[in-house]
Amino acid sequence: MDKDKRNINYNIYVESKVPKTRAWPSLIKAFILGGTICAIGQGFFDMYTYFFPNLSESEVSTCMLMSIIFITCLLTGIGVYDVIGAWGGAGSVIPITGFSNSISSPAIEFKKEGIIYGICVKMFTIAGPVIVCGVVGSIVCGFIGYFV
Amino acid sequence: MQTYKLKNNVYILEGFTMVGPLEGKGPLKDYFDYVIQDDTLKEKTFEKAERKLLYDLIINAVDKAGLKLCDIDFFVGGDLLNQIVSSSYTARELNIPFIGLYSACANMTESLAISSIFVDNKVANNIVAATCTHFSSAERQYRFPLELGNQRPPTAQWTITGGGASIVSNIPSKIRIDSVTFGKVIDYGISDVNNMGAAMAPAACDTIKTHLENTKHKISDYDIILTGDLGKLGSEILIDLMEHENIILGQNYSDCGCMIYDKTEKVFMGGSGAGCSASVLNSYVLYKMKKGDFKRVLMVSTGALMSTTTSQQGDTIPGIAHAIELVYEANCDNFPNNKIIKAKNSKLKNSKTKAKNNKSKI
Repeated sequence: MDKDKRNINYNIYVESKVPKTRAWPSLIKAFILGGTICAIGQGFFDMYTYFFPNLSESEVSTCMLMSIIFITCLLTGIGVYDVIGAWGGAGSVIPITGFSNSISSPAIEFKKEGIIYGICVKMFTIAGPVIVCGVVGSIVCGFIGYFV
Repeated sequence: MQTYKLKNNVYILEGFTMVGPLEGKGPLKDYFDYVIQDDTLKEKTFEKAERKLLYDLIINAVDKAGLKLCDIDFFVGGDLLNQIVSSSYTARELNIPFIGLYSACANMTESLAISSIFVDNKVANNIVAATCTHFSSAERQYRFPLELGNQRPPTAQWTITGGGASIVSNIPSKIRIDSVTFGKVIDYGISDVNNMGAAMAPAACDTIKTHLENTKHKISDYDIILTGDLGKLGSEILIDLMEHENIILGQNYSDCGCMIYDKTEKVFMGGSGAGCSASVLNSYVLYKMKKGDFKRVLMVSTGALMSTTTSQQGDTIPGIAHAIELVYEANCDNFPNNKIIKAKNSKLKNSKTKAKNNKSKI
C-alpha cells in the first residue's frame, strides 16, 4: 500500500476516534458568559449616565469600555480570567474582554524577556492578527463606501 | 539490527523523581521521591525552574545511589526546550561530561539506551540519564501564554511538571537492562498539534513490533508494557494498530500519561512530556521491580518530533519511540540501597551545599 493512501486512511480512522466537543453545552455556556459580560457593560453604562449626566453618549460608552478592559486586565493578572475563558469559550472571546485578555496575557508572560523585546514585541502576538484584519477590512470598506 | 542485546550486565542502580503539585496529587503520589509545592522552585522564570529541577534530580539520584558526583562518567539527557537548554545549563553546573540528546518525549528511554550501551561496552562505569519537563515553560514555547483564556480541544494533553534521573551502572542491582530498541521515525500524516497521541501511536506500534520480533518475546512475557505519553486516545489507537499486526495488547499494557493524573483532573487525554515517562519509570516501575512484582518490563517512550515552525508551515508530525527492556534480577545480594520510596518522608538534599561538597572532593 502506498504511503499517501495509508496516511489518508489513518487520518479518516483517527477522525472517527476523536471525541467531539458537544455543541449545545458549549453554546449555552458561551451565551451565559457573553451575556453576563454584556450585562455588566450595560450596568457600567447606566451607572455613568446616572452619575455624570453632562457626558455625551459616546463619552459614556468610552468610559464603560475602559472599565471593562481594566477589570479584564486585573482578572488576567490575578489568574482568574483564564479559568473563566476555559469555561465560557467564545462567550469570553467575542466581547472586548477577549481582546484585552489576549494583549495582557502575553505582556505578563513575556515580561521576563525585558520591556522592549519582551512586553513590547510579544504583546500583540495574539491580538495582532485581529488589528491587522480590522485595519485591512476598514480600508476595503472605505474604498467601497467612497465609490458607491 | 535495530535491537541491541546487552552482552554484559548493565543495571539501573537507582532512580529519583520529582514532580509538581498537580502530579503530586495523582494516583502515583506515594511512589514519587519528592513533590514540589511551589512550581517556580523559587526561581525568577520557569525556564530557570526547569533547570533547577533537573539539577536537583541528578544530585539526589547520585546521592540516593550512594555515589558521589565524581563517580559519574557521563550525564546523558535532554529536554523539550529549544536547543535543550535545560540540560546544557544543568551540565554547566555539574562539571561532568555531557551527551545531549533530543527525541522529544522519548528522551528518557533514548538516554537510558545510549547509557546502557556505553556501560555495556565498558566506556563508562556509572552514567546518569535524566530528563524533565515543566508545564509552564513548555506551554509558553509550544502553545499560548498561561493567562490566555482559551479553550483546549478534547484531544489535548497536559505537559507534566516533573522528571526523573536514573543511574545506569555496572554495579549489580535488582533491575537489569536486557535489551534496547531504537525506533524509526514514522509519520502517518497527522498534522494536528493537539492530537499528539495519534501522531505517535504508529511509531510506538512499529517499535514494539520490532522489539518483539528481534527478542522473540511475546506480549504475555511481560508483566507490564508501558508507553510514554500516548494518552487515552493514543493508547486506544495503539491497541487497534497492534491488533492490525496480529499482536493483542492485553491487561498488561498501560500508558504513563494515563497513569499520572487523577481521573477528576481536567487534563483531557492525560499527561505528556519527556518528564512523564521519566517520572513513572523511575518511581512506580523501579519500585515494583525492586519488590519483585514486575519481573520483565518493556518501556516504550514516545516522542513527537515537530517544532512550532514546522507545524505553522503545515508539515505533518513525525513520531518516534525507543524501547528498553528491564529484567528483575532475583539473585542480587549486594544491592546497595533498599530504601523504601516514600514521597512524604524523603527530604530533598540542598543542592547548593551538595555541589560545594562535590567540588571540594574533586
